[in-house]
Amino acid sequence: MKRLLTLLPLALFAVLVGFAGLQLAEQRDPHILPSAMIDKPAPAFDLPPLLDDKPGLARTDLAGGPLLVNFFASWCVPCRIEHPILTRIAGEGVRIDGIDYKDKPDDAKRWLAELGDPYRRLAVDRDGRVAIDFGVYGVPETYVIDRTGKIRYRQVGPITPDDLAHTIRPLLAELAK
Amino acid sequence: MRRALRFGALLALVLLSVPVLMHAAAALAPDEQLADPVLEARARALSKELRCLVCQNESIDDSNADLARDLRKIVRQRLVAGDSDDAVKRYLVARYGDFVLLDPPVKAKTYALWFGPALVLALGGLGVLVFLRRRGGPTPPAPPPLNAEEQRRLAQLLDPEGRAR
Repeated sequence: MKRLLTLLPLALFAVLVGFAGLQLAEQRDPHILPSAMIDKPAPAFDLPPLLDDKPGLARTDLAGGPLLVNFFASWCVPCRIEHPILTRIAGEGVRIDGIDYKDKPDDAKRWLAELGDPYRRLAVDRDGRVAIDFGVYGVPETYVIDRTGKIRYRQVGPITPDDLAHTIRPLLAELAK
Repeated sequence: MRRALRFGALLALVLLSVPVLMHAAAALAPDEQLADPVLEARARALSKELRCLVCQNESIDDSNADLARDLRKIVRQRLVAGDSDDAVKRYLVARYGDFVLLDPPVKAKTYALWFGPALVLALGGLGVLVFLRRRGGPTPPAPPPLNAEEQRRLAQLLDPEGRAR
């Protein structure tokens, strides 16, 4: 018994090291925060369009998912990295609605003209207020919305090929059932 | 002597300017402030309790990030609309989770966080107490005084040749 008691500090230390080791091994980026909006309905919003020939976006347009809502901006460098992936999956028939976050409309138009426009609907959130209702804290962020209009997943930062293959595609397939 | 005085004066100046500099660290721009001083004071106090999600270890009161400015604005809008301080916090927690609060709320999930340190301290204190008790302990009772035979033997041991006699 006494022997065990002597070993107690060592055991506690081992637990501590174990926790630290797990955190290190997970390679988790501490800047990525969990979303408080998961499994909640998307917030109510109604945003004007960016382009003349493409409608804006309101919450009522999110029915009939699954779909992605992508917050982006022309001034956002990671968005540029993410863009080819969005273009590719849009080509495969994934529905992506875009919200241009705190951007100058002319800049955004130039950006889309240069890189292509993967969006089915495209809205402008000039003051970033709707983004805050979604819980966005930096662009790009992408939300997966299910058929009932609920948020099922949030991607913080650009969608990487890995995220696409292991998280977003499986989720979309499941939600499409 | 004169040098020391000058140095002292300089040091005092630097120390005195620290609060001023620290005050300047607040990111709030004059045009963001509310006209009503009571509401503005509440907004400032609330802002100090809310985390900037971009910089993460700064409050939105300290942060210059765009999002922090937007959140400061929202806090003020909600207060003007008549929200209580708690309602403003709930509004932000609904969007950003408990993480937006710099003081995590006390609930089942955070018991370890709030009470863990006290528990560890109590356990450590208990350990120290047990250790000290065991080592110090009550002093053992004094042995009975030596009898005549023992006295004689002691004397012999101390002075085997009987020189002292």
